[in-house]
Amino acid sequence: MNKTLLALALSAASISSASALDVTISLTNLTHGSHFTPLLISAHVDGQHLFELGSAASANLQAMAEGGDTSGLNTDLTNQNADSHNAAGLTTPGATESFSLMTQMSNTQLSVVGMVLPSNDGFVGLDAMTIPTEAGTYTYYLNAYDSGTEANDEIINGAGAPGAAGIPADPLGSGGTGASGVAGSDSNAMIHIHRGVIGDTDATGGASDLDSRVHRWLNPVARLVIEVN
Amino acid sequence: MKKMIGKTLIFSSLVIALTACSDRDDDMDSMDNQMYRIKITNLTNAQPLSPPVAMLHSESVSFWEIGEAASVALETLAEGGDGSVLLSLNAANPQHADTAALVPGASTEFTLEMEHSADNHLSVAGMLVNTNDAFSGVSAVNLDDLGSGHKMTFFSYVYDAGTEMNTESVGTIPGPVDGGEGFNAARDDVTSVVTFHSGVVSADDNHAASTLSEADKFDNPALRIEVFAL
Repeated sequence: MNKTLLALALSAASISSASALDVTISLTNLTHGSHFTPLLISAHVDGQHLFELGSAASANLQAMAEGGDTSGLNTDLTNQNADSHNAAGLTTPGATESFSLMTQMSNTQLSVVGMVLPSNDGFVGLDAMTIPTEAGTYTYYLNAYDSGTEANDEIINGAGAPGAAGIPADPLGSGGTGASGVAGSDSNAMIHIHRGVIGDTDATGGASDLDSRVHRWLNPVARLVIEVN
Repeated sequence: MKKMIGKTLIFSSLVIALTACSDRDDDMDSMDNQMYRIKITNLTNAQPLSPPVAMLHSESVSFWEIGEAASVALETLAEGGDGSVLLSLNAANPQHADTAALVPGASTEFTLEMEHSADNHLSVAGMLVNTNDAFSGVSAVNLDDLGSGHKMTFFSYVYDAGTEMNTESVGTIPGPVDGGEGFNAARDDVTSVVTFHSGVVSADDNHAASTLSEADKFDNPALRIEVFAL
């Protein structure tokens, strides 16, 4: 009788541990002069993607990459019962967005998106990585991607709407004005590794409104730490 | 949790055994010390690494943390290539300082030893001297998983100390391309915490006032750090 009870208790315990994951997630902005727009970090079902390398960006991904608007992607995730976290504000250089997440059994995949600001359509991303289930601490480094949807003209003009040319803002306040523009449309219209920004040292003219001494970055641009409890 | 309890028990029993022993120093050396051979290779094109410094320590020590302001000791290394202050903060710890810059393509090797413990951590640092305040290395990497006879390899990123603006101006860079100023206590960077470095621009890349050339550019990673547990 006792043995049966113990076996029942054990099987119940193993079921409950498989039915949900308790994770603490920390994402650090490693760049020296770029902000991330409010990050969307989500545990979701296998087969769902916010973006895929080598594929065209969805309209909702484009809205995030060009203007930091994650509302469409959040709708996509909610429709599939995802467990998501939305950062309350910008993640500044060196800062960490940290939170706990309880994930449903079916939500085995982790995705991350946030626009790199200032950029035309650059974003930090992670596409559907299987969340480790064994207790422990796992560290990953993330790259910056180009959504392939907007020319990297490097002109700061407040434009953040999908399809509108230009960069919404430079939160650091190091940007310039009066640039003539750097680049035409992307050669690669699929989502790809961002080639970085050029910038210049002319605050009131030149080709770019970005400052080459401040706004460039090297990959990786983010550190992701997952603690599986 | 189980693992931690087990280690605590082992540690306690060691302490008991040692206190019962008359010549415990000898026993510690022969029985409980772990020796590490550390090899650092400079992977950059033309960035000499200031004489690298290394230290073994517990988890409570670190050379730097991303997102936190650099210590003056780290600033001294990152702006002027002098790692002696970083070492002096924990002078009793096993530590090493090279006597010469580690030039691109070269390697340096040395050994450090520390009482064997699951809490053994390694930090290594050196400045990329043809920059304003760039450095590379590892800060408090855990050597617990490194068993005797095995090796761990780290490829280290380039960090920005966040203490000096990356002007690349003449007179601001201590390395051989400029021979300019090293450490300066003033802090004037756009971001005042330790982050990854965004790379140097150089005069060849349309930064006319830069004292650097395309040769000084770098990318991640900058160093290979191999740790052999002997």
